[in-house]
This record gives sequence, C-alpha cells and structure tokens, in this order.
Amino acid sequence: MPETPVISLKTSTGRVLRTEEMVINMGPQHPSTHGVLRLELIVDGEIVVDVIPHIGYLHRCFEKHAEHMTNYQQVIPYCDRLDYIAAMSMEWSYALAVEKLLGIKVPERVEYIRVIMAELQRIASHLIAIGCYGLDLGAFTPFLYCFRDRERILDLFEMTCGARLLYNYFWVGGVSHDLPPGFINKAKDFCKYFRPNIKELNDLLSYNDIFIKRTANVGVLPADVAIAFGCSGPMLRGSGVNFDLRRDDPYSVYDRFKWDVQVGSGENGTVGDCWDRYMVRVREMEQSVKIIEQALDQIPDGDVASAIPKRIRPNAGDVYVRTESPRGEIGFYVISDGSATPYRVKARSPAFVNLSVTPEICRGYMVADVVAIVGSIDIVLGEVDR
Amino acid sequence: MDQILRSIIDSDIIVYVIMALLPMVWIVPYALFAVYLERKISAHMQDRLGPMRTGGWHGWAQTIADILKLIQKEDIVPKAADRKLHYLAPYVVFIGSYAAFAAIPFSTAYIGSNINIGLFYIVAVSAIVVVGILMAGWSSNNKWSLLGAIRSAAQIVSYEIPTTLALLTVVMLAGTLNLQEINQQQAGWFWNWFALRKFPFLFIAFIIYFVASLAETNRTPFDIPEAESELVAGYHTEYSGMKFAFFFLAEYANMFAVSAIASTLFLGGWNSPFGNFMNGPVWGVFWFLSKGMFFVVIQMWLRWTLPRLRVDQLMYVSWKVLTPWAFGCIIAVGFWMMM
Repeated sequence: MPETPVISLKTSTGRVLRTEEMVINMGPQHPSTHGVLRLELIVDGEIVVDVIPHIGYLHRCFEKHAEHMTNYQQVIPYCDRLDYIAAMSMEWSYALAVEKLLGIKVPERVEYIRVIMAELQRIASHLIAIGCYGLDLGAFTPFLYCFRDRERILDLFEMTCGARLLYNYFWVGGVSHDLPPGFINKAKDFCKYFRPNIKELNDLLSYNDIFIKRTANVGVLPADVAIAFGCSGPMLRGSGVNFDLRRDDPYSVYDRFKWDVQVGSGENGTVGDCWDRYMVRVREMEQSVKIIEQALDQIPDGDVASAIPKRIRPNAGDVYVRTESPRGEIGFYVISDGSATPYRVKARSPAFVNLSVTPEICRGYMVADVVAIVGSIDIVLGEVDR
Repeated sequence: MDQILRSIIDSDIIVYVIMALLPMVWIVPYALFAVYLERKISAHMQDRLGPMRTGGWHGWAQTIADILKLIQKEDIVPKAADRKLHYLAPYVVFIGSYAAFAAIPFSTAYIGSNINIGLFYIVAVSAIVVVGILMAGWSSNNKWSLLGAIRSAAQIVSYEIPTTLALLTVVMLAGTLNLQEINQQQAGWFWNWFALRKFPFLFIAFIIYFVASLAETNRTPFDIPEAESELVAGYHTEYSGMKFAFFFLAEYANMFAVSAIASTLFLGGWNSPFGNFMNGPVWGVFWFLSKGMFFVVIQMWLRWTLPRLRVDQLMYVSWKVLTPWAFGCIIAVGFWMMM
C-alpha cells in the first residue's frame, strides 16, 4: 500500500486547510456491487484507505428454514436460492450430504447427468461473472455476448426440468426427470457452438489492452493470504494455488474425465491479480466443455429414479460434504437426530469467505479498482447472506 | 447569409436571433436522431434489436417519446442541494457546447459569426462546459457527483492541452484562425485536406485531436466522469426531467461539435472530396454534416467496443503520450515549413 503524504495547505488568511478522508457509501444500491452488498469506502481523494463490507441485506434464514421443513427433500428448493446463479451446484452439494447420511449410492446415469448439469451450470455462472466483469470496467458488449451463450444453456435446462433459474432438479438419490430425448445432441451442438465463442470473448475483452491495464497488477492476492483467508475456487486458483475439489477430493464420477485444473500464471502482471482471476474463469469454461463432451459420450442407460428413497429418515449422525461450485468450495454440514427433518444444516458458502478478503486487497488502490476487485471476486449475495 | 437575411428583414436584432437559432434547427433533430442511432448501433453490435415498437417502423419514435416523458417528469432537487447552482448547471453546460456552433462553418453560405479568431473562440468557449460540470457536481451535495465533477474537471482541463496543440499544427500551416479561410485553403481534391498534408505529421495531429476530443466529450474509453459502474452517473446523478435532458443534449451537441471541428480543420469541412464534383454552398452542408456524422458514428462504435480507462491512466495518456506527440508534430511541421 503506497503511503499517502500528509498535506498541510494554508488558505489565504493563514489558516491550515483541513484535508480529511471522505467516507463514501458504495451500495447497497450501486450498479457494481452485484446485488445488495454495501461497501463503506474511506477514501483520500481517489485513493482507497480502507474498505468495510457490510452484508446481511439479503439474509433469509436459510439454515433455520432448513430445520423447519417437513422432510429433507424440501430443503432443496432453498438450496437453489443460495447461489441463484449456480443453483445446480448448490443442490448437488446438499443432495450429496443427505445421500451420505443415508448411505445411498445413486445410479451411474444419475452421476453422469449431474456432472453434465453441474458443468453446464459452471459455464453459465462463469459467463455471468465474465460478462458482468466487463460491464464493471465499462465494456458493455461482452456482457450481452455472454448472455447470448448463457441463454442456450438455460434452454437446455428448461427442456430437462422446466425451470431456467431455480431448478429443484437434483433430488436426494436421483434427479427429478430423466434427460429428454434429443438432449444429448443438443448439448453436443452447444459444445461445438460455444468453443469459438470463447476465442471471440478473448479477442474482444480478455486481451484488450485497456482491459489488461485495468486488471493486471490490481487487487493482488498472494497465495499465502488466499490460503489464510480460506479462499476457494477461481479466487484461490487465480493466486496460483493448484487446488480443485473435483480433482483433489473427487466426488461423483469426476475421476473418469480428462481435464486440467487452471491456475493463474501472472502472464500480464503479478500472480493473483484481477486479470488472473478473470482468466481462470475463462479457461475453466473450456475445461468444462471438455468434461461435458466426455460425459455425453460415456453416459450409460438406466433408471434415474431407482435410488430415490420413499422416506428419508437417516440415522442420528452428522456429515460434511464439500463440492466445487463455480465460486469455490460449497460445503454442507448436516446433523440428523433420526427424525424426518434435519436437526441442523450449515452451509459453508464460498462467496462469503472470498468476500472477507476484500479489505485486504483493496487498500491503497483507487475507487475504480475497488469495482474491478469486487467484480473479480464474483460474489452472489444470495449465498453470502443466506 | 446574414446579408441575404438583412436584405429581407429590416431589423438587426431579428437577424441575429435567426442566425443564432439556426444551429438549433440542426442540433435538436440531430440529437434525437443520434440517440436513436446510438441505440440501434449498440443493439446491432450486441446481438439485440434495440427499440422496435414505439412509432411502428423499427421504433423510430422512441427518442421523441423519451423527450416527451422527460418534459413531463417531476423536477427533483435534493433537499440539501445548492438550489441556484443546481438550476444553473445544466444550462451552463449546454451553453458551452452550443456557443461553439456559432463559429462553425456549415457551408460557404452559413456560419453563425465569421470572426477572424473563430478557432480560438471555439476552444475558449467550449471550456465553459467544465464550469457547468463542476457546478452540477458541487451543488448536488452528493459524494458520487462530487467525485465525478472533480474527475471531469481534471480530465477536461488536461485534455484541452493536446487538443489545442493538435489544432495549432493546422493553424501554423493555414496561417489563420478563421475557419472559413481554413476551409477555403483545403478546396479541391481530398489530398488538399490538412490531414494529408506534410504527411504524416498532420495526420498524427489529427489522430491526437480525435483521441483527445473523445475525452473532452466524456465518451468511452474516457467516460470516467460519468462512469456508470463506479460513480453511478457521475455529476448528473441527482438530475431528473428536463435538466437531465439538457445534459444529455449537451453531450450529443458536444459530440457533434468536436466532430465538426475535426472535419473542418483536418478533412476539408464543407469541401467535396472530389474537386468540383457536388461542390457548392448547398452540397457544402451535405459534406460537412456527413463528415461530422462519420465521426459521431466512430465515437459510438468505440463506446460499445472498449472498456474504460482508470483515472490515473487517463492522465497518463494525456500528459505522457498525447501532449509530447502533439509537441513533436508542431516542431516537425515547423521545421518542414522552414525548409
């Protein structure tokens, strides 16, 4: 953080001019806080002296709600509303937790469907992150290009389960509907269509000189700080830490696919700057396409509903399951007391943890950089506040 | 043209009023059209359609409807605002950009005021805009507006230097500040245009002028004073209704003013590019407006393609890139003229 010099200016009458830091309220109604985040900025001119994030404007008592459902299955629609940009990933983590409590093994076909859906969801979520990031930095057009592609993914979701944002698709022990006829071909078409668009996006935004100037060397998050704060997902990988739950703590059938974990390399600045975090997302989309294509080729036949339990009443005990959501490690800690409702559900949300590092990496940069940094963290307030 | 009018009407004052209002006849429909054009250009660049309903054919009446809406809107002044300054600011901004049109030659026949220091006048009078912006930012009593105004003042003042230096190269060559005379010196084919003389120095000056003028009109990639994603809407955050419309009108008027200056000084103004082909006072208006609109469209194109610079990078571009290059051009042109 650069030292701000102490200025003493004298007015014409000889009095010392008071130069103070100014407190600016950024949000909760501000175009680039991505929802209802409120940042209290203490600025010295354009230089940010400190940032204090205030959260809780979207708190909906998810965890308490979960304890008061009539059964375990009913919690899933609430999981959707945690990270509404990547609802599939949220459902999956919770469903896995309950399945682990019950000791259910889901059919192969379900595993593949879940991988396909989660990876499609990852692409959709990253597209929003990338598009909005461009918007934060003043580039309007990539945003709409991203939404154009995301629309196709939502169409795939819609033809599968009827919903476009909050799906309630992953059930405990299975999925609500089997893949509709024609889905596999349509998904393959999408992969073919989407690959050149990543290149287009790179040409338009990622390697744009102004974009690099705005993001490289800005908001540098060193690897040790990232680990100390418990960051995960693209935030952690952007800092050069090679860690991905899909590979390092494999769940479902991820160990059957060939793909690479993308880490930030600092090719335009320092490792762990905003550009690295951004680029990790772009590259992860390519990897997701790879996984989807493999999964579509290998998917077996079977009954998706065969393992769905009639009655969910796990034995007393507790379980913690973590999966890799587009934003990082989403974990569910579920305690069962043997009844039909969970005794306690605790969600460990990646965006909340990632957001906590904001003050650390914002100090000393300019107001415009705060926008760039917050955008690169890619928060979803539904998940931060729960 | 004022002589013709004077021969018809027997009053100086009425002639002055008519002459002063004539640019309005262009600016208002132009602004309406430019806003519509910008929407359509951005839409088609972004895989959308833009306004399609209002008025039937491709939403042609959308901007007219918007203006009608803005006129009807309640005019809100924040409680803690400085009322007088708050009222005055949009008009100062608009006057700054509108007054520049007085010395812009639309054709051989029409120029608001054919003064011998036309260029100097334009550069000077368009600097008033920054006063209006500061007024707006300060009087709104909003921190975001203030930040926007501070940024804007710094930006516009800094960018006036490369702008003026770039214009100076042309003045050196033309030996006059009168815009009609500068135009007359570029008569004939397009290689007589100042942008293509003393190649490449005047061409570089032309590029410098164009880039700097983007910053003067607060357009992307230099739209930092009103950076939506950072400052909400910068200095006009607290404005609504017609006062907001005036800022809007001033922005589009300014866009055309800087384009008009660029085409007058560097691209022959009202001269036809092809010698005597389609040349004359009436065709002059056509050439002048189409050259001006060409730059306006380029400004829109840039806006929907590029991200925005940061405020310190913006200053860097002005002081460490454009200004030295503009000085270099002046020196090089000077040497060339001596030889």
